[in-house]
Amino acid sequence: MANKQDSGEVVPSGISVRAAEIAVALFLLTLGGLVMYDSVRLGFRWVGDGPEAGYFPFYIAVLICVSSLGVLSQVFFGKRRGEHKVFVEWDQLRLVLSVLVPAAIFVFGIQMIGIYVASVAYIAFFMVWLGKYSWFKSVLLGIAVSVATFMMFEIWFKVPLFKGAFNPLSFLGY
Amino acid sequence: MEEINALFHGFSVALTPFNLMLMVIGVVLGVLIGVLPGLGGANGIAILLPLTFTMPPTSAVIMLSCIYWGALFGGAITSILFNIPGEPWSVATTFDGYPMAQQGKAGEALTTAFTSSFIGAFFAVVMITFLAPLVAKFALQFGPPEFFSVFFLTFCSFIGMGKEPPFKIVAAMMLGFALAAVGIDTVTGQLRLIFGWHELMRGFDFLIAVIGLFGIGEILLSMEEGLSFQGRTAKINMRIVIETWKKLPKFWLTSLRSCIIGCWMGITPGGATPASFMSYGIAKRMSPDGGKFGTGMPEGIVAPETAAHAAGTAALLPMLSLGIPGSPTAAVLLGGLLIWGLQPGPLLFVEQKDFVWGLIASMYLGNIVGLIIVLTCVPLFAAILRIPFSIVAPVIIVICAIGAFTVNNAMLDIWFMLLFGVMGYAFKKLSYPLAPLVLALVLGDQAEDAFRQSMLISQGDVRVFFSNGLVGSIMALGLLMLFWPLIGRMKAALRKSAA
Amino acid sequence: MNIQRAFSRGLLPLVAALGFMTAASPVAAWEPTKSVEFIIPAGTGGGADQMARLIQGIVAKHNLMKQALIPVNKSGGAGAEGFLELKAAKGDPHKIIITLSNLFTTPMATGVPFNWKDLTPVAMLSLDNFVLWVNSEDPYKTPKEYLDAVKKGGPNAFKMGGTGSKQEDQIITVAIEKAAGVKFTYIPFKGGGAVATQLVGKHINSSVNNPIEAVAQWRAGSLRALCVFDDQRMPYKDKVTATQSWNDVPTCKEAGIPMDYVMLRGIFMPAGVPPDVVAFYVDLFNKVRATPEWKKFMEDGAFNQTFMTGKAYADWVAKAESLHRDLMKEAGFLAKP
Repeated sequence: MANKQDSGEVVPSGISVRAAEIAVALFLLTLGGLVMYDSVRLGFRWVGDGPEAGYFPFYIAVLICVSSLGVLSQVFFGKRRGEHKVFVEWDQLRLVLSVLVPAAIFVFGIQMIGIYVASVAYIAFFMVWLGKYSWFKSVLLGIAVSVATFMMFEIWFKVPLFKGAFNPLSFLGY
Repeated sequence: MEEINALFHGFSVALTPFNLMLMVIGVVLGVLIGVLPGLGGANGIAILLPLTFTMPPTSAVIMLSCIYWGALFGGAITSILFNIPGEPWSVATTFDGYPMAQQGKAGEALTTAFTSSFIGAFFAVVMITFLAPLVAKFALQFGPPEFFSVFFLTFCSFIGMGKEPPFKIVAAMMLGFALAAVGIDTVTGQLRLIFGWHELMRGFDFLIAVIGLFGIGEILLSMEEGLSFQGRTAKINMRIVIETWKKLPKFWLTSLRSCIIGCWMGITPGGATPASFMSYGIAKRMSPDGGKFGTGMPEGIVAPETAAHAAGTAALLPMLSLGIPGSPTAAVLLGGLLIWGLQPGPLLFVEQKDFVWGLIASMYLGNIVGLIIVLTCVPLFAAILRIPFSIVAPVIIVICAIGAFTVNNAMLDIWFMLLFGVMGYAFKKLSYPLAPLVLALVLGDQAEDAFRQSMLISQGDVRVFFSNGLVGSIMALGLLMLFWPLIGRMKAALRKSAA
Repeated sequence: MNIQRAFSRGLLPLVAALGFMTAASPVAAWEPTKSVEFIIPAGTGGGADQMARLIQGIVAKHNLMKQALIPVNKSGGAGAEGFLELKAAKGDPHKIIITLSNLFTTPMATGVPFNWKDLTPVAMLSLDNFVLWVNSEDPYKTPKEYLDAVKKGGPNAFKMGGTGSKQEDQIITVAIEKAAGVKFTYIPFKGGGAVATQLVGKHINSSVNNPIEAVAQWRAGSLRALCVFDDQRMPYKDKVTATQSWNDVPTCKEAGIPMDYVMLRGIFMPAGVPPDVVAFYVDLFNKVRATPEWKKFMEDGAFNQTFMTGKAYADWVAKAESLHRDLMKEAGFLAKP
């Protein structure tokens, strides 16, 4: 990122492809290391009657590590190492996060108050905040979706969905 | 011509108003189940099985098998519209189906998928009608080495297809294998890769990964464009069906090849998932338009859908005639037969003629009913894409969360879904291919089990994979597929040097 | 925790027995106020799954319960997932679980922390039998002939197929090896149906399938039943194949293999539930057992129809646990600490 000015072009600011490549490769490298560690514990040799439980995971991990190192080496030494492409611009990232963060809060909400209630809140919030719909319409649609899923799962198919740690709907008897 | 008589007898059993009504209900329920990711065919039938307890067995199996057809049809809908495959065998349908929908050709893609499904299923039913006893014997030839060779062939026909950097293809595929290995190991009963975290015991279900990688990842990607995504244009009239049908006959060769692959995989029982991937991979190698696969070619829908349905249908044959389930759904149906007091197995065809031929007749009828229902709904499905993004996106995320939860009834899976979503977003932008990851995740542990069972049988001798004609020729075919691109290049080089 | 355990160990069986008596009176003290989750610690389509869904069907058809009974599969980690959930749901009266031998084998083999003492025993529904099967094209007519051939073939020459690893099928295999002084190569598969098919296709030499997993192939004449691993013959005298009924299959003890093994199909609840709740479920399963559908299912699967509740059941489970510990210890299947 430091030599951005050197290229002389106007590069929109954001996370660079280079940084993203490195992050993903390091993530894979860590995973590979973990898998390798556990495979060694399980036994990774080829014994008399075939491979042990850790045999395949071990070589899978080796390949993950080798290929992520390969990606890293291309980032640092490859032909295109001089290029500075942008992985995601800050504006775009803001938009992506505006979906991702509420989604994470939604999942946390499921954990606390259950799928049905959290869904109403999430759909309504999303529509009002990002879609600029009126509160009334948004809440109505949220409730409609929740009631429909409730009917389908709890009543017809008899599949209990997650009601959350506090279960605000416990009065319904499901 | 004994079969024809029996079949007509079957039609007379199946064609009562009550049974016809059950067929319609079954197909509609099935489509619903197929559309909701996570519920899926096997779970859906397991859930509804006790409801059929009070019906006569023939009616009950007609309804359940229609749910099965419906779910098979329904799985394609979300794959094409939202890039979210509801069933493992719909994954390959997203490769070309979703790009088509994005180009405003959702109606065409759906019609192609439904019609191909119907053709595949129909081909398999005809085979069941006339070749059942003969074909059933073939399934018995399959021991662990043969199973492994089938998985090997699937991987080989699919590998090396992408244009992505080789390191990234390998990394993605190996990540899929590693995820597949999490959980209990069938062969030794040891817990693998859970690092003392008991919630990980159940392993990573393919659906969680796919809902996240494909579904959530896609929403994050489209979010980058801002909210310009105000619904796609999609033609919504019935003419689209006829127009699409006019174009389909030219894919007859792909279709026929896919039918054969599907039937073979269904009986053996490799199942619908290897069938769909294998068929897609082979179609890509064989078709003159192979290079354009993945950009929205109808042929890329024809191949996996035809094969998946031929396999899904053919999987019922070993269940009925041998009592071996060819698919998870067939396993649940098998439990149903026992509950209704019928015994699946070689004697079912002799002792329960009404039931068997009623079921076979209902396969014909159920598929026709199903095709009519889903085709009439094509405009309706396509119209979903016109709904603005800010309404559709949260609803999709809610449905994805429900789907992720229902797979294992586990809250943690919803978090994993989100994590996979972020991963899908990053992978796609950095051109790590997702297809090999999913393929490895779906088939990885089965392939490993088959391999290690074979090793136990042969006491560690790898030559077991070439020990008889059957397994040897499948392995040879796999190797041929693996080196096909190389052979192609050599041919081109030869031609060049000759010129 | 300790109080809980003492409670379930000492008091509960007594309380359950008391509850059983009150259940005989027309008005039951407790009834479910919402739908009851019926956890299956195994995948869809297997033996436990079939039985659970049959029970759900019977309960719905005969209207035995006002609220719905909803089967939920929790098969992760050889069933550990289901048991852990029940262990965590202490005092929840709306959760029950159907068990198989993995109640004992899974914690022993994997070290996952749960034990049947973390649960409240409700009722033993039946015991599932195991039969030694061979392909009917093979010449062995009796267990002795077969085991002699195994001995003659040398160690690892004969392949025994079974469901899962370090679970009931492999335990039985090890017990046979010990009793007869032979050595098999044990090949684990994912389901009982697959094992039966592999045997028909001659990819393995024998299996110890449950009757219901192999009955179709037996009737069709492709498999032969050598002996049953119970201490008495199966009571069903109706002809299943052209010439044989379940009752005609000798016990392995009669045939000279000194061992027996049956698998528990029983119901448990979370710890810390009041006695009238247990009484309700005992009563419910008594009603289920009285239906013709249940009786037919028992006969088709040649189950051992022993029914137990209360202290008798808890004692049986305790004994079965120590038996499993011994068997698994001898076989070297216990998880390393």
